[in-house]
Amino acid sequence: MKQELRLSGSGGQGLILAGIILAEAALLDGKLAIQSQSYGPEARGGSSKAEVMISDKAIYFPKVTKPNLVLAMSQEAARKYVDDLSDNGILVTDSLFVKEIPASFKGKVLELPITHTAKTELGKALFANIIALGAIVKLTGIVSEASIIKAVLSRVPKGTEVVNEKAVRLGMALIK
Amino acid sequence: MSMEKLIDTYFRPGRLPHIWCPGCGHGVVTGCMVKAIDKLGLTKDEVAVVSGIGCSSRASGYLDFNTVHSAHGRAIPVATGLKLAAPKLTVLVVTGDGDAAAIGGNHLIHAARRNIDLTVVLYNNSIYGMTGGQYSPMTPLHAKATTAPYGTIERDFNIAELVKAAGATFVARSTTFHAQMTTDLIAKGIAHKGFSLIEVVSACPTSYGRQNKMGGPADMMKWQRDHGVPMVAYDKLSDEDKLVKFPIGLLYEVVGAQEYTDAYEELIIAAKGGK
Amino acid sequence: MSRILLLQGNQAVVEGAIAAGCKFFGGYPITPSTEIAEDLAKKLPKVGGKFIQMEDEIASIGAVIGASLAGKKVMTATSGPGFSLKQELLGYACMAEIPIVIANVQRVGPSTGQPTSPSQGDIMQARWGTHGDHWLIALTPGSVPECFDLTIRAYALSEKYRVPVILLLDEVIGHMREKIELPDNYDEIPQPERKQPTCKPEDFKAYATDDSLVPAMPPFGSGYRWHVTGLVHDETGFPKGTPEATVESTNRLHDKLYNNLDDIVEVENFQMDDAEYAIVAFGGAARAVYEAVNMARAEGIKVGLVRPITIWPFAEKQMKALAAKVKHIMVHELNYGQYVEEVQRVVAGKVPVTSYGVYNNEPATPDELLAKIKETFK
Repeated sequence: MKQELRLSGSGGQGLILAGIILAEAALLDGKLAIQSQSYGPEARGGSSKAEVMISDKAIYFPKVTKPNLVLAMSQEAARKYVDDLSDNGILVTDSLFVKEIPASFKGKVLELPITHTAKTELGKALFANIIALGAIVKLTGIVSEASIIKAVLSRVPKGTEVVNEKAVRLGMALIK
Repeated sequence: MSMEKLIDTYFRPGRLPHIWCPGCGHGVVTGCMVKAIDKLGLTKDEVAVVSGIGCSSRASGYLDFNTVHSAHGRAIPVATGLKLAAPKLTVLVVTGDGDAAAIGGNHLIHAARRNIDLTVVLYNNSIYGMTGGQYSPMTPLHAKATTAPYGTIERDFNIAELVKAAGATFVARSTTFHAQMTTDLIAKGIAHKGFSLIEVVSACPTSYGRQNKMGGPADMMKWQRDHGVPMVAYDKLSDEDKLVKFPIGLLYEVVGAQEYTDAYEELIIAAKGGK
Repeated sequence: MSRILLLQGNQAVVEGAIAAGCKFFGGYPITPSTEIAEDLAKKLPKVGGKFIQMEDEIASIGAVIGASLAGKKVMTATSGPGFSLKQELLGYACMAEIPIVIANVQRVGPSTGQPTSPSQGDIMQARWGTHGDHWLIALTPGSVPECFDLTIRAYALSEKYRVPVILLLDEVIGHMREKIELPDNYDEIPQPERKQPTCKPEDFKAYATDDSLVPAMPPFGSGYRWHVTGLVHDETGFPKGTPEATVESTNRLHDKLYNNLDDIVEVENFQMDDAEYAIVAFGGAARAVYEAVNMARAEGIKVGLVRPITIWPFAEKQMKALAAKVKHIMVHELNYGQYVEEVQRVVAGKVPVTSYGVYNNEPATPDELLAKIKETFK
């Protein structure tokens, strides 16, 4: 079964890194994965998206067309990147930034305090992307917990491993 | 070494006679170049000559070194890659005023900026000779050319000042009249570790002299004699004279500046972890 | 031992270059190829290689030509506008037979176009970008692992035939990250070696050839002194202005490649055994086709994919064979229609050859292709 995810928000929220980490975690699980992203002016402060596809079988077309899950970490992203999310899909939003859920979307919505948790629990908003990964993994089981932690730790700067692992767990704890 | 011996040693058998017109100064400059190489005792295998396109750039084909007749304006980038890939080679660039200052102008200033160990011998005949006499960025203001039939209204480059400002660490000028000085300056430029440029004023009786009523080849040599003034004397000239004459000799030199290929060897050591 | 990595196509090109023994890169920043320069700036010095960022695109191909003359395996990388600028010295490398590898990560053009959007608009430029009769090789990878493999192959072909090889990527392949398994070290990767002269230096004629029609190429400084020129030259390497010299030179530059098409031209067939219809697609555009072919077959349409991996020289023999096998060929490319014209030329009306060119900043999706398949193959 092919899983298609879109991680969207504003430039600078670390969503492309989050997409890479998620894809690398899938490889650690022995699956196949493709990650792609939008570049250009969008990637310079405007809205930003990373897409990840994970499957047991070969993935040919590298762009997400039927997302199972969209993460929106800004109001603009919630407007722009939810169109093709079917009503069977899940929309995860960062409740600090997304106040208005697109009316067209009738599926499941999880409004999570992702950046709020990063600020209050870890003192810095920049852990929001890793918290979001923890939440997504817990929610979907798309990759194993061990692999997501391993993938996160291999990508983050040396000396920040403990706090990043904590970020993953905080994200998981957001899913009740 | 006699010129005959020099020709036997450093010119390729069967490649002469050259294509240059009677009275052209480029043979003199090329002769000075091989004399300088001979003076330094370099073997032919350790010397590369890279040229662009134009009258001067034909010199590479006559010389028995590792030679490249590259594309118009591109001698310096090709020489840069060659030198960086094979730092032990002595790399000379043969170029003209159009090749180096117009189409290759950007490459010239950037090679100077990098201070890469190239020796650029710029044969300055003030004109595009091969295409029949169009003005170059080094054609003097108001001089005539086939593309400046009323005299050029473009101001000319002072190439020495240009490369000096860009970071060259050895800048010299000479003329074909001052042949001994030319040989010495080229030899010094080759020996200099870093980017060096030797501008050599060379007569083009066919395409420049004729259009500008400068007389025959001998008259043009006399003009060089009368207008090229050694640096020390030039400084003492009146402002009026300075406008029509030009300084020759070693104009500028910085010794000990970091050379590019040396810096790269250090970079490799650092990248490998300092071993 | 090997390692499993998630790499971008551009990064896999870098790994392939290092693996093949590339020791020199000259480049200039341009989207969407810049990662190649950035990665090589980091990695080349670690293997004793050199990286230089030149002042412009022309200078960067000039520098790699100079380094190739020193005997190094070299690379430059660019995208559309930069590829346009490199055409001058690309022609020089064809004429003087200097092995170089050029990665061109295509973007939407002409001119500045859409710098970050995928396109395959440089197909014809890769073939005919520089002036004059000339022949070269262009390869188009369709996946990240293939970026690695084809980069190694690019060096092998470039060194063997003394010809520029263009790695024609598109933004889809250049920027996507995909699983790739790489050897832990590259010692086992065969290193292509340039043919060296066997005669004495004084007897050396720089462009004299044997049956291969490819002359030996000693590095500068080796004791074999020779002259390199973009002028028409004879076997001595020195300029020659006769009609015979031009004819001889032109023929040899052609024949040295076209006598060896079976060695150079590579085409992948997917679901073609019983196919009645074929889609010809390459690079990033082919990715959706695999899926669309499977979807169409599930609906009973016997369609397959023919994917040229070697774009130039053109896969003439393969396309002729294809025309004898299927009822209809559709060429899908991310441009208004370039490669299709070559397919039409070779198929010469034997079966219909239609064009599905997509030029809207995005690759066509499998659903869009399926709809096109149903509409076209009736």
